[in-house]
Amino acid sequence: MEEFLTDQLKTQEYFLNMGPQHPATHGVLRLLLKLDGEIIRNVDMDLGFIHRSIEKMCERNTYKQIIHLTDRLDYLSSHMNNEAVCLLVEKALNIEVSDRIKVIRTMMDELTRISSHVLWWGVMGMDIGALTTFMYGFREREMINDIFEETCGARLTMNYNVIGGLRYDLHENFVKRVKEFIKHFKKKLPEYDKLLTNNVIFRKRIEGVGYISEKDAVAYGLNGPTARGSGISCDIRKIHPYSAYDRVDFEEAIFTEGDSYARYKVRIQEMWQSLSILEQLVDKIPEGEYRVKTKAVIKLPEGDYLQRVEAARGDFGIFVKSTGQKFPYRVKFRSPGFANLTALNKMTQGLKIADLVAVLSTIDIVVPDIDR
Amino acid sequence: MTNTEIKNKIEKIFEGLVFSGEESDFLRIEANKDKIRDLMQKLKDDGELSFDYLFSLTGVDFGEELGVIYHLESVKTRKLIQITVKTERENAEIDTIHDIFPAAYFNEIEAHEFFGIKFKNHPDLKHLFLPEDWDKGYPMRKDYTDINMLIR
Amino acid sequence: MVLNIFTDIHNLLLEYMSEEATHITELILIAAAYLGIFAILGLLLVWLERRVAGFFQLRLGPNRVGPFGLFQTIADALKLVSKELTGTVKADSQLYRIAPYFVITTALMSLALIPFSQEIQAFDINIGLFFLTSVSSIGVIGIFLAGWASNNKYSLIGGMRTGIQMISYELSVGMAIVTMVVLAGTLQISEIIELQKDGWFIFQGHIPAVIAFMIFMIAGTAESNRVPFDLVEAESELGAGFHTEYSGMNFAYYFLAEFVNMFIIASIAVVLFFGGWLSPFGITDAIPFAGLFWFTIKVIGVIFLFMWFRWTFPRFRIDQLLTLEWKYLLPINMVNIVLMALMVWLGLTL
Repeated sequence: MEEFLTDQLKTQEYFLNMGPQHPATHGVLRLLLKLDGEIIRNVDMDLGFIHRSIEKMCERNTYKQIIHLTDRLDYLSSHMNNEAVCLLVEKALNIEVSDRIKVIRTMMDELTRISSHVLWWGVMGMDIGALTTFMYGFREREMINDIFEETCGARLTMNYNVIGGLRYDLHENFVKRVKEFIKHFKKKLPEYDKLLTNNVIFRKRIEGVGYISEKDAVAYGLNGPTARGSGISCDIRKIHPYSAYDRVDFEEAIFTEGDSYARYKVRIQEMWQSLSILEQLVDKIPEGEYRVKTKAVIKLPEGDYLQRVEAARGDFGIFVKSTGQKFPYRVKFRSPGFANLTALNKMTQGLKIADLVAVLSTIDIVVPDIDR
Repeated sequence: MTNTEIKNKIEKIFEGLVFSGEESDFLRIEANKDKIRDLMQKLKDDGELSFDYLFSLTGVDFGEELGVIYHLESVKTRKLIQITVKTERENAEIDTIHDIFPAAYFNEIEAHEFFGIKFKNHPDLKHLFLPEDWDKGYPMRKDYTDINMLIR
Repeated sequence: MVLNIFTDIHNLLLEYMSEEATHITELILIAAAYLGIFAILGLLLVWLERRVAGFFQLRLGPNRVGPFGLFQTIADALKLVSKELTGTVKADSQLYRIAPYFVITTALMSLALIPFSQEIQAFDINIGLFFLTSVSSIGVIGIFLAGWASNNKYSLIGGMRTGIQMISYELSVGMAIVTMVVLAGTLQISEIIELQKDGWFIFQGHIPAVIAFMIFMIAGTAESNRVPFDLVEAESELGAGFHTEYSGMNFAYYFLAEFVNMFIIASIAVVLFFGGWLSPFGITDAIPFAGLFWFTIKVIGVIFLFMWFRWTFPRFRIDQLLTLEWKYLLPINMVNIVLMALMVWLGLTL
């Protein structure tokens, strides 16, 4: 029968261009799929549709100006990206910041992480076909964005960090609003499980799909929640604690299954952990100054600097090569999304088109972060 | 494991490396470009060091020379090292390490696109970020000029 | 006193023209009326869907144009009418243009059999249900043609998925209907409803009828290409699936037909399981046209169920879709038919 089919019905692999304008690619990512019917044989990618050459732009900007460019990388974790630059310069120049700054930075980090994960959750549901999750996710995200807006005037690209501290002091409503949010979100997070996580169709769609082993995950340089879904402990908040992470108690969410569902669970778990970090810190914001005076022109001593932070998508690294000028000689942004995306082909071998969409959304890419 | 210990261990398995930055948070190594594959393989396979995670691969224009900076991390010990490899400006060529570290695959393409560093034996050094018909040189090199660039 | 405007119209027409001319005029009138029903139904259901979606998604939905936003869909339809009809250069232009008409024609033909009330049913033949299932399976050709003729790979994949999905789930829909036909003993829709005067079939046939209803709802959702079976136009995978390349009114035909098909599936469910236009316990049997009210209420109830599915469930994958049909629904269905036949034979029905 098999022979008859291959003889009589000639089949061939075909090529499908997914993107740059496609609802599932979360922006302007272009995937070149080689398909056998609905089965994926190869995934190649074409990037750079919104490449702004931020690394080159950084070479012509002072360190203070670079902060504003990092917002535009992974816009959903803009606060963490800002923080990476600030931490790098502060460490290089031995600027000691007050506890207040550290705690506020940590809280803003975690709020950003929740807002990013909530958006991911909504989009994940939408990619699988459950359209309602998107609006549910945005309900909570709206509250966080309001907090951001009140604190620093911006909702997405916040620019709240400056070298040596924060741009403004906290708004007087901040603590109240964060407490309201914690109370609200604690009730709503179980609702997420009811709506999506425990849905049979959803579970069937992502369980066992997009498997990547621990060994491969290391080899492909996976990081962040994507790698933690394969059982790798890689949380920079634990490994190299920065800001106030050394004084809060939280667990690193690790699942060992390595499939899309594990990655999903990691992110849900991370939201709970972020919530617990916020709870621990919200009543203990120390008094102190919100900004340390720094020099008007910042020059890093000659040398190589590397700072890593745990952004919402993973291990965000910034490498600076300085020649002692006020401009950096070379800046490299090690984007978590780019590293995670390289494993896409490995994860989707032999799966269906619909699975590709599901896997892509559990990797949780943000295209400006990849294109830089 | 301190940086000095790492240095001693690496010296045992590989010769001809220049070390610096033992006091800072990560060890810096300068290596010869011809032996980079061998070095990477040894660093990865060594049981104690096990630098098995390629954190980043950065192309750099050093002025006289071009080069690549590798950041390797060990998942086990969470220690990071930086390996710098330099190559001449004309016909810049470095061995690919994408078969040792699959993570390097797209990063090497990126370095090739923006710095013109050719990675020997890399299967597909295509245009990834730049348009397919790009022929205006290598944008991240220091001597690259473009009329659209801001002049400071 | 029976208020029968249809007889009045018939007599009025007979006064002015011959019998044959009257017949033709009536046919034209009915066709025009059903086109109207088609359009209004489609637009109303789109509006309803958007309001229901708003309800489920913590937002308002259309509420600006007209009372409760009722005219929003009419405004949208006017916009679509004014749009240019586009297509790809290499599309098979004739098939490309014909395709939407397959879908609306079949939807319209099925609509003719729907008994809106005791009086309003255009076409009551003795093989009613058989006719309905056969006509509705022609509709798939329209979608298939659209997918093929658009010369777009996304459309093609969508079209192929339709083929697989429709052919598979038609079996389940058909078998669920057959189960109820076993109970009713007739294919004529008016008779089926008459038989339910003593009790709706879902109560008369209890266990097998409930199973049949569930299967019918699942397979019916798949037949009308709605979530969780909307693989044909899975927007996160295929853009818009088979109608990616369609614009303007051609797109609107598909869009309206999808909703009218949902209405038809809901109507069949109501006819087969919930007694069609019959009022509960016969409370309003004496009032003419009260059936219209009850029928609408029941159909909207079932449609609300469909919409509930759509706004809460994720989408199946193609292999899961087939597994569900061939490994679960079909065997259950077969056993269910035997069970129903046994019950009817042993007189265990209520």
